[in-house]
Amino acid sequence: MFQYDEKVLKNQLLELIRLAATDLPVDVVESIKAAQQNEDEGSAARSVFGMILKNIDLARAESTPICQDTGTNIYIVHIPEGVGMRKLTALIHEATAEAVDKSYLRPNAVDSITGKNSGNNIGEGQPFIHFEEWDNDYIEFKLMLKGGGCENVSTQYKLPDVGLGAGRDLDGVYKVIVDAVNAAQGLGCAPGILGIGVGGDRTTSHLTAKSQLFRKMTDTNPNADLAEMESNLLSDLNELGVGPMGFGGKTTILGVKMGTMHRLPASFFVSISYMCWAYRRHSMILKDSGEVSYD
Amino acid sequence: MIKLKLPISEAATRELKMGDEVAISGLMVTARDAAHKYIHENWPEWLKPIMEGSMIYHCGPVVKQHEDGSWSFVAAGPTTSIREEPYEAAVMEHYKVRAVIGKGGMGEKTLAGLAKSGGVYLHAIGGMAASLAKSVVKVHDVYMLDELGVPEAFWHIEVKDFPAVVTMDSHGGSLHKSIKAKSDEVAKKLIFG
Repeated sequence: MFQYDEKVLKNQLLELIRLAATDLPVDVVESIKAAQQNEDEGSAARSVFGMILKNIDLARAESTPICQDTGTNIYIVHIPEGVGMRKLTALIHEATAEAVDKSYLRPNAVDSITGKNSGNNIGEGQPFIHFEEWDNDYIEFKLMLKGGGCENVSTQYKLPDVGLGAGRDLDGVYKVIVDAVNAAQGLGCAPGILGIGVGGDRTTSHLTAKSQLFRKMTDTNPNADLAEMESNLLSDLNELGVGPMGFGGKTTILGVKMGTMHRLPASFFVSISYMCWAYRRHSMILKDSGEVSYD
Repeated sequence: MIKLKLPISEAATRELKMGDEVAISGLMVTARDAAHKYIHENWPEWLKPIMEGSMIYHCGPVVKQHEDGSWSFVAAGPTTSIREEPYEAAVMEHYKVRAVIGKGGMGEKTLAGLAKSGGVYLHAIGGMAASLAKSVVKVHDVYMLDELGVPEAFWHIEVKDFPAVVTMDSHGGSLHKSIKAKSDEVAKKLIFG
């Protein structure tokens, strides 16, 4: 039976939240640095990247949030058989409230009817926690912080789309993605990273899209067709010239990650989850011994 | 780099042009979604002395309260401004606000409003929350904290050398409009061949 000390785990979860809010993952930082080098010497884009990189360093050094919008807190938790979900949920809630007290997180949960902010970042559906049982003998907590600006430019299409001449095939998928990124401009804090969900229903399509954002920047899609499409989209979308923060430049998108789900014969959804450059995600593994490691 | 001291005159903001880099010092106020809705429904008198000749910052900060009750800003980058498009031109005119600071730019209604009231739209760098919080040297007061919550309250702040770029001016210039026009052309080619 998997065992853990509740108080210790709450503190370990608090550290996971601190890391997610203040320490941008290495693969993302490397990608931003490469994009900066690719922009022209003396351009606005290059200077914007310089400020972004300075901010990333400062946030890490001082343990303050990279962005004041600490976003929706999305947890994917993998558990061995027999580990209770309600207790882990309670501990995540406890760590969340403490993270607000420590100014790692902003109180971000607003009652949709009354407009009242709950004050501790906990509310209906917040944080979002999804559990899955697996065969491993340890627990994995994946955490992503997704801000409202980039969530607002995320979108969903259904094919065919007459206006865009987009049919029910990969060419149609390509067209709606170009349309979405052009519509987003700099509003979602470009350069963005796209999680794409092809197929599914209204809900699972978006879920597939968002799940793609847990992949590393440098990985390759195991599906050869999607791998090729990710690479083509990345280079074509960067022709749009939106640039970092919409100031113009060669970098509009840093990465494209695509996933699929079977669909109904009647439905063909394409969901686009736009992630800002402040692409905050970390994970924590907890072993039965109590030992933790962070990635 | 043009140094701007608040409060500022209409004549001074009328001189600013798209592309100008500025460093702002003085007192300004944060206001975002719930605050703009509240203003539009109430037009409160108490905001007049805070807003006149000053700037509105579209920002929902992460804050820290100290033991003596005072506040400081921990993370304070701009939020997306376009959501205030229905309100901003009227708010700027009513309260004689000289500029709004945010990210992503605003639309035609605000651009026309800037021409009328002589104001500018200033772009701060989104996600620069840690650096920009350092430009907020003092939190003077906070209004409607209980009603609106931390991110949406009116925070009356003193800034020093707060960096921003003029991306919309009172002469019809909008960087956002010109970038969008170019990217529309490219998107058209990519989609329709």
